[in-house]
Amino acid sequence: MKNWLIAIAAHAALVAAWYLFVKLGDVPRFVMPGPVETLNALLEPSYDWWRNILVTTTEIFAGYFLALAVGVALALVFTWSKALEAFFMPLLVSLNMIPKVALGPLIIVWFKYGILPNSLMAFSICVFPILLTTARGLRETEPELLDLVRSLKGSRWQLFTKVQLPGALPYIFSGMKVGAILAVAGAVVGEFLGSDKGLGYLMLQVQVTLDTPAMFMAVLMITLIGMVLYGLVLLLERLLVVKDARGA
Amino acid sequence: MPEPFLRLSGVRKHYGEHLAISDATFDVMPGELVSLVGPSGCGKSTLLKVLAGLHPHDGGEVRIGSPTHPFDPARDVGMVFQAPLLLKWRRILDNVLLPAEILGLPMAEARERARGLLGLVGLTGAEEKYPYELSGGMQQRAAIARALVHDPKLVLMDEPFGALDALTREKMNLELLRIWKEAGKTIVFVTHGISEAVFLGTRVVVLTAGPARMADNFPIELPHPRTLDMKTHEQFGVYCRRVYRLLGME
Repeated sequence: MKNWLIAIAAHAALVAAWYLFVKLGDVPRFVMPGPVETLNALLEPSYDWWRNILVTTTEIFAGYFLALAVGVALALVFTWSKALEAFFMPLLVSLNMIPKVALGPLIIVWFKYGILPNSLMAFSICVFPILLTTARGLRETEPELLDLVRSLKGSRWQLFTKVQLPGALPYIFSGMKVGAILAVAGAVVGEFLGSDKGLGYLMLQVQVTLDTPAMFMAVLMITLIGMVLYGLVLLLERLLVVKDARGA
Repeated sequence: MPEPFLRLSGVRKHYGEHLAISDATFDVMPGELVSLVGPSGCGKSTLLKVLAGLHPHDGGEVRIGSPTHPFDPARDVGMVFQAPLLLKWRRILDNVLLPAEILGLPMAEARERARGLLGLVGLTGAEEKYPYELSGGMQQRAAIARALVHDPKLVLMDEPFGALDALTREKMNLELLRIWKEAGKTIVFVTHGISEAVFLGTRVVVLTAGPARMADNFPIELPHPRTLDMKTHEQFGVYCRRVYRLLGME
C-alpha cells in the first residue's frame, strides 16, 4: 500500500516539475507545452482522438495476441520435435536479428496500409521474444520431473499441461512483458511509415502545423495504451503464477 | 519360502563405451528396505532408472513382481529424488495428487488417500500451502507422500536426504523407517552415506566405481524398530566397517 502511494507521488512530482519548468523557464509553446495546454489539445474535435486511439489500440492488441498465440504454439512444437527445433531455431535467431522496422516499407508493399499491416509490424517485433523465452522455459523442466512422469507412463500431453507449461509460465510472462513494450513501438512505427489513421498518423499531421501540445497528447495516449497492455499482462501473471515463481 | 519381489541377476548397463553398472545380482523380498551404497559413479542411480523402467538394461535379467505380489510397471513405481521437485505452482495436496492425476485414478478417493499420507509423513495442516512455504525437510516429506499416493508396490529413492542438513537427515531416517513400516512397501534406497545405508536397510548392496560393479550384498540383522542408539552398538560398527573395507577406505 505504501509503495502505491510513493508511485503516485513520483508521477505527481514529475508533472509538477514539468509544469514549473515550462512556467518558470518561459519555454515557447511549440517547443514544450505545459500540462494544461497538453490536456487542452483533447478539445480539438478535428483530431478525432477517440477514433485514432481505437485504431492504434486495435493494432497493438491484435499484433500482440497473435504473437502470443504463434510464439507459444511454435515453442510447443519445438519441445515435441528435436529435429524441427534443430532446423528452425538457428533460422529464427537469424530472423530475429532483422531490424523489424526495416520491414515496414515491405509490409506496406505487400499489405497496403491500414490496421492489418500495422498489426503485422507489431506482431513481427514482439513474436520473437515471446517464442524464445517460451522455448527456453519449456526446456528448463528438471530432468527428474520428466523421469517421474515417464515412470508413471504419462503421455506427452500430460507432461506438457501438468509440468512443462505451468513451469514455463514465468518465462512466458517475462517474454510477454518485453513483447508488450515492443508491440506498442511496432504499431506506432507502422503508422509513421504509412497509414491514414491512428495516433502515429495524427502525430505526423500535427507536426506540420507545429501543434506540439497535440503531439505531446498523442505520445501520452500511446504510453497509456502501452500501460494498459502491460497492466493486463501483470494482472494475468498475478492470477496464474504463484508468488514464489514470479519474476521481478 | 516366499518368492523374492525383486530379482536381479548379472544386470549390466552401458552408456556408449561407458560401463555404468555390471554384475548386479541380488534378491529383494516383498516389504524389504534395501540400501544401495557406493561412491559417485558406481551406477547406483543407473540401477534405479533400470528398475523404474526409464532405461533398458543391456545384459542380465531384471524381474520385478511375484505370484503373491504382481507388479504393474506403470502403476507400481513410486519415485523420490534428491531434490523434492515439487511443482511450485501447486499446493502441497495437489502436488501429492500428481501421480494419481497422471494415472487417471478416481480423484475423490485419491484426495482422501493423499490427506491420509500427508498425515503419515507429518504434514497435517500443510495441505493448502505452497512448496516455498515449507522447509527442505518438509518438502521432502511431501515428495515421499507423492511417491506413495498411487499405492505403488515398489518405491525407489535416489539419495532423498542428501541435500538435508545432518540433524534433519537423522530425523528423516527415523521417519522413513516409521513410514516404511506403516505403508508396508518394498523400498530401494540409494545413498552414499554408509551409516545411513546400514541404519535403514534390511539389506545392504555395495557398489564400487571404476570399474562399476556390485561388490557385496548382505542382510543387516539389527532389530526393528531401529533406534538412533543402535548406531553405537558394536554390530552396527561391524557392518559399517565391512562396507568401508569394500569401498577401499580402510
